[in-house]
Amino acid sequence: MPSVRSSMLDRAPSQDRQQGDAAAKPRPVAFRGGGFTPAAGRYSGWIALALVIALWQLAGSAGWVNPLFLPAPSAIAVAIYKLAISGALWHHLSWSMLRIGTGWMLGTAAGVIVGFAIGLSTLARGVGITFISALFPIPKIALLPLLILWLGIGEEPKIATIALGVFFSTAISVYSGVDAVPRNLIRMAQSFNVPFHLIVRRVIWPGALPSILAGFRITASVALLLVVSAEMIGAEYGIGAFVLQAGNLMQTDQLLAGVVILSLFGLVVGKFINLLETRLLHWR
Amino acid sequence: MDLIADHISHRFGALDVLDKVSFTVRSGEVVAIVGPSGCGKSTLLSILGGLLRPSEGQAELRGAPPADSLNPLTFVFQDFALLPWCTVEENVAFPLAHTGLSPTERRAVIDDALRRTGLSDFRGTYPKQLSGGMRQRVGIARALAVRPAILLMDEPLSALDSQTRELLMEDFIRLLADGAMGAVYVTHNLEEAVRLADRIVVLSRRPGRVREVVTISMTRDERGAIDARGKLLALQNELWSLIREEAIDAEREVQHA
Repeated sequence: MPSVRSSMLDRAPSQDRQQGDAAAKPRPVAFRGGGFTPAAGRYSGWIALALVIALWQLAGSAGWVNPLFLPAPSAIAVAIYKLAISGALWHHLSWSMLRIGTGWMLGTAAGVIVGFAIGLSTLARGVGITFISALFPIPKIALLPLLILWLGIGEEPKIATIALGVFFSTAISVYSGVDAVPRNLIRMAQSFNVPFHLIVRRVIWPGALPSILAGFRITASVALLLVVSAEMIGAEYGIGAFVLQAGNLMQTDQLLAGVVILSLFGLVVGKFINLLETRLLHWR
Repeated sequence: MDLIADHISHRFGALDVLDKVSFTVRSGEVVAIVGPSGCGKSTLLSILGGLLRPSEGQAELRGAPPADSLNPLTFVFQDFALLPWCTVEENVAFPLAHTGLSPTERRAVIDDALRRTGLSDFRGTYPKQLSGGMRQRVGIARALAVRPAILLMDEPLSALDSQTRELLMEDFIRLLADGAMGAVYVTHNLEEAVRLADRIVVLSRRPGRVREVVTISMTRDERGAIDARGKLLALQNELWSLIREEAIDAEREVQHA
């Protein structure tokens, strides 16, 4: 028996591999697996941004472009500095923050509640999806005149416009997130007789959180877009109003200062959501 | 406590999946369910465990469950069904949150379940950091924590490599050895069925009917002996001869679908 086993496990002598076509020279197998895995370089984005700003500054300093149409980055930085020193920047920014903060929170709270209802209830899904499908495509800024008519000319219509814009995107991301929670996890919880509220809190909420946070990223942009639009239509203070006034007065350095501040605001919100994702979705 | 499948039939739309399936799992008994692909094995298990309402017939319990059982019918899932955002310990603790156990009792139950499954050193580990075998061990620890009367196991080893399967099979044999827990073990692997089960319910191809109930005459201890391997293989071949033709038909049916 041992001889049978050893004969079964015998390996072919290594020189056998070279028999057959001894004259042919071995060549390496060509590598074909590269590409399709783009990765963001750590510094490449910042270097590219610095290069563009340097080129822009050079164009301004050398007089290649009219500063009325495109002021140099240094001029924009000076404008931001002066706005900060004078207190105007904080005044405008605080009005915009108030509107965005209130509108975003109202829209998010309503969107999360409605999104969960649609994700968990047959009745709410039947009714809710129909309304959301019909109303979501409407540009919310188009409703501002109507909201002014209903709510007056104060802050309410602007906040309501932002809340509406945030609400629809939030509701959609929440019920999509609830739908995406693996059913096997819900069945598992049911198989242990876990009560409904605990399934929602311990299974569905954390399972839907990636989609909800992705929704927050979108709604932060929506809120920024809507606050600027609303302030341009009917506000005395706020970054949108400031940018519009600067444009009307041909103060392009101040106009671009407002745009840079909006961009910085977007970056800060994005970083905050990244932080939230890192803290809350560490298990991924 | 006995678990009874009483004339269970089930349809998904126009598709008949199960047809009047009846059998009884007696207290402490391990019953394997085998049959060709698509014969309704997993559907039957879901019905037995109360996760799916049958079109006709019903699943019944006879007798009282053990007094300390927190969830008499407890599933062990093929895909483990672990909460990825919870650590090993939190996953094992998950079914205990609503049971009314005191924190001290809960701690003792969790410690015991982790110890029995060799997971004591992995309490703070997340599922994504574990191998498939270790994940299934977490699933087993979670099931043991509620002290089930009957384990409902849906192909618990099919997602694992052969070496891990062998190790976990040894764990199952050890866990079920004292007869304190019964089990319904759904599998397409006949070797697993003959090694673990006291009786094997052979289902026909869809719609699944009980074609035969094979009783394994050897005790589980006898099956563990080296000289039993030949007998087990013969049993396995006997089972295979029962379902081979239908397995071929079922495979062709799936390919045409």
